[in-house]
Amino acid sequence: MSKIKEKFADLQSRKEKALISYIMAGFPNEKSTLSVVKGLVKGGVDIIELGFPFSDPLADGPVIQNASTISLEKGTKIDKFFALVKKIRKETDTPLILMTYTNILYHKGYSKFIADAKKAGIDGFILPDMSVEESKDYLQAAKNKVDTIFLISPNTSKTRIQKIAKASSGFLYLVAVYGTTGVKTGIKNYTIDAIKNVKKQTKGKIPVGVGFGVSTPDDVKKYIKAGADGVIVGSAFLKLIEKTPQNKLESKIASFTKSLKKQTLQKK
Amino acid sequence: MKYPKNGRFGEFGGKYIPETLVPAIEELEENYLKFKNDKNFKKELDYYLKVFAGRPTPLYYAKNLSEKLGGAKIYLKREDLLHGGAHKINNTLGQALLAKKMKKKRIIAETGAGQHGVATAMACAALGMKAEVYMGYKDTIRQKLNVFRMNLLGSKVHPVKSGSKTLKDAINEAIRDWITNVETTYYLLGSAVGPHPYPVMVRDFQSVIGNEIKSQMKKINKTPDSVIACVGGGSNAIGTFYPLVDTNAEIIGVEAAGHGLKSKKHSATLSAGSKGVLHGMMTYLLQDKEGQITETHSISAGLDYPGVGPEHSYFKDTKRVKYHAATDTEVIDAFLMLTRTEGIIPALESAHAIAEAIKVARKGKKSESIVVTLSGRGDKDVEEVQNYLSKNVKD
Repeated sequence: MSKIKEKFADLQSRKEKALISYIMAGFPNEKSTLSVVKGLVKGGVDIIELGFPFSDPLADGPVIQNASTISLEKGTKIDKFFALVKKIRKETDTPLILMTYTNILYHKGYSKFIADAKKAGIDGFILPDMSVEESKDYLQAAKNKVDTIFLISPNTSKTRIQKIAKASSGFLYLVAVYGTTGVKTGIKNYTIDAIKNVKKQTKGKIPVGVGFGVSTPDDVKKYIKAGADGVIVGSAFLKLIEKTPQNKLESKIASFTKSLKKQTLQKK
Repeated sequence: MKYPKNGRFGEFGGKYIPETLVPAIEELEENYLKFKNDKNFKKELDYYLKVFAGRPTPLYYAKNLSEKLGGAKIYLKREDLLHGGAHKINNTLGQALLAKKMKKKRIIAETGAGQHGVATAMACAALGMKAEVYMGYKDTIRQKLNVFRMNLLGSKVHPVKSGSKTLKDAINEAIRDWITNVETTYYLLGSAVGPHPYPVMVRDFQSVIGNEIKSQMKKINKTPDSVIACVGGGSNAIGTFYPLVDTNAEIIGVEAAGHGLKSKKHSATLSAGSKGVLHGMMTYLLQDKEGQITETHSISAGLDYPGVGPEHSYFKDTKRVKYHAATDTEVIDAFLMLTRTEGIIPALESAHAIAEAIKVARKGKKSESIVVTLSGRGDKDVEEVQNYLSKNVKD
């Protein structure tokens, strides 16, 4: 069983839901990424998504775009990134997911990139521009090595939900809103309906995580209540990282993480 | 016309898109397939192409230039005479009409030099729609008159300040807008790039160029020995080439070599790039060792793009089309030569094709004929040329 699957099974046995955080590697620098990871773990995060920057992040809003640009300017490279993952692995056993764009993997070769990532300690991948129709080579390279987490949108048809669920492992990533990452639009009725629909279509065979625009403990609470098995918080973390000095990063991140994690615990 | 299976030209093309766009792309493909052979749609489009845009465009024998070079005869396909001054209107009329049939109220587009933005604004105004155009901040400065033209035509221009602030970033931003407003919005993409079905749809709308060339050459009892067009994203080139790929003509696409292919300051994707995935398609790209897209340079903003239409990538690998590149200096020389010998000011984009035609004509026999697509007129570029000449004084 993969680390991600184990995590969801463990959470289920404790009647908890998953708090998944997204951070950009190397933003604003490598040292801060390590402090942030420590803070996340201390605050009780369940899964960490590590963003690897791409020059043209077309599914991302301004916050993650800016973090990508800064990370690239600071010299984030694939080898350095894997070295960082190894360092993180020494600190924590928390499942790690690499989130980036298709070209980064394609350019190196899916098999080579995935093998290197696995060796460094990566447990799964999210590629927002990889549609299930184009995923044959990618899936083959990932098979029995890492989980492949695909995205579902509120406008995804029933037949596509089945197709995407079949290609996915670890969990399904439901995009909460029409838009890019980090856009605050409040909780929409269509999102609540989408959570219920995806849960119904997948019949509990795979956990469903909700992300995009999830930024406050209240958001977390509402999505969990609607039936999500997990929530993904990204841009809100990056905003906090941006305004916090290095010496306070770990504690600030830990307390924000704790406030989010609290909402994923089943209340009696 | 052939329709690519699974949206692939060989291994190139496809649809690498965020899931939110999938229903919109499916809806677009469904409607495109429905309307492309619809009699009324074709009739209406033909009407606008003829009476509004000014088709067919002439095929002009460039006698002075040909005689000066002393070799093959050069014929110019005068897309520069179209309304708006470039071939872009062929595609914008087609897509705007399709958007109208799909009952889409909101149109978005990207633009580099502004030619596609202006052509979108014109087509939308003519069909009673409003457009919003994304344009790299750098390009809004370089081409400020085109920004004003779009405003005059009732379109709104959004300057894009992310990334390199040029065409590729304008496409990123247009896609982000589309993801956000997917239910109401039609994305009117301006080149033969992007996810399927855009490359094939834009090719089909631009194929009017190659089809006219075929029949116009036939009228003078000739078949072209060489066909030449410039390639950025590659829409005028694919429209020129596609109807002629099953003839014996030698076909040459000309990219922007900028300061030279070894300088890293160029936009010659096919000549110097490698395979990758960007803007929803698999194609040749300019990228670094890590798969990050690199910044491009060209004297012509319209060719300043690190990708290329997937069908061109296919024609490169199958060797049906040769892809060459012209440097900024060669382009300026060609620009001046055509201007002075023929009294035609070409767009700097089109001057890349002219530069190649000059080379081919010199080597050719008098009995041979070369057709060059003059994709746009150069009024927008005179300031750029003036700047270049003042920095590079020549006798």
